Amino acid sequence: MKRFTAHLLAAAALVSVPAMLSAHRMWMLPSGTVFSGPDAWVTIDAAVSNDLFFADHQPLRLDGVKVWQPDGSEGKLQNASTGRYRSVFDIELDKPGTWKVGTAMSNVMGSFTVDGVEKRVGGRGGPPRPGMPALLTIADIPANATNVKIAEVSMRNEVFLTSGEPTTKVFATTGKGLEFAPVTHPDELVAGETAKFRFLIDGKPAAGLKVTVIPGGKRYRNAEGAMDLTTGADGILSVKWPTAGMYWLNATATDARTTTPRATERRMSYITTLEVLTP
Amino acid sequence: MRASNLVLLSGVLAGPAMAGTITVTIPAQKVAEYHRPYVAIWLEPAGGGTARTIALWYETKKTGKEAGTKYLADLRAWWRKGGRSMTVPADGISGATRAPGQYSVKLPDNIKPGQYVLNVEAARETGGRELITLPLTVPNPAARGSGKAELGAVTVSAR
Repeated sequence: MKRFTAHLLAAAALVSVPAMLSAHRMWMLPSGTVFSGPDAWVTIDAAVSNDLFFADHQPLRLDGVKVWQPDGSEGKLQNASTGRYRSVFDIELDKPGTWKVGTAMSNVMGSFTVDGVEKRVGGRGGPPRPGMPALLTIADIPANATNVKIAEVSMRNEVFLTSGEPTTKVFATTGKGLEFAPVTHPDELVAGETAKFRFLIDGKPAAGLKVTVIPGGKRYRNAEGAMDLTTGADGILSVKWPTAGMYWLNATATDARTTTPRATERRMSYITTLEVLTP
Repeated sequence: MRASNLVLLSGVLAGPAMAGTITVTIPAQKVAEYHRPYVAIWLEPAGGGTARTIALWYETKKTGKEAGTKYLADLRAWWRKGGRSMTVPADGISGATRAPGQYSVKLPDNIKPGQYVLNVEAARETGGRELITLPLTVPNPAARGSGKAELGAVTVSAR
């Protein structure tokens, strides 16, 4: 049992959907979110861990992390490095406006049984390593398989950074999966004020969506201090910030609107880190 | 400190009604590493509305691309309330950081009568940050307040 758990956790870290499989949380922590001057730089830590934002488990692989400039075009990561526990990279905010940094992934995960043996489908992302057996796909499921359980898994993890005046172009949504459509600009959060964020699923307001908001610095307090919130009928989440600091936000949703053959379930997750400043 | 407040207070009573003066005290700090604070002074309509920056003291000695603007966002409230849409240096508004002492800034003459909130924010490298807000009426502005750490007495008199 112990071995099985360890195996699952390791898989979770590699797949980078830890929020769904275990308590492990994926996060990106920017050095700040509000910048001035024409030559602002931000440095971002990225990792997967239990406590926020304490890197002690796995680094977040940077392969899929992208940067969007305020005009929507792609920017670049600089000085990227992946260490034992965290990855780190810089972005030069050389244009005024709001930037987005993030990663979006989707894959198919699950299992089936054939000849009494359970096999896994997909689910181990990251770069192929020597000696690793090829991943099984939906196409590899034989006709005599039983107990087929396949889920589509998708996740977005984004942070927003503003140099000078905030802009909104990077909030453009795609209409696919679970998305964040802020009403309050995520780089204008102030302790004591209420922020409103809309969530969309396939472009429509995500009503009754479960959202967890956790303040950073868990290492220095006893309780996790998580706020368990729910979006309204209009898909809007209201968050009143108790104190200034960095917060991790995670929204999750499950439904059956799958597009992959044989998949019966769709699991979606959205993660962002928000900086709340003092009034 | 108390005596100077009294002097300023008498100034409020004696002054004519038209102009206004803001006096800001930057306290001396007994610290190993001292940097002069960035300070922003701005006025907001009491019911909300566009903020008007009256003074901004920041690191202007630096040259080149960055020119001391990197830490303007540390004046967090000011930055959000209008600093970020301002171009610096701004004529008649921005200037170099000030050493500890008392400084007077003229309240602009063309402020429409009404209720305002005067904001004075200071942020210091390796130090703290403090925001003082004072309600103000124009004409006849009179207000006083004091910071605890990064700012000393802040007074507004109608003279």
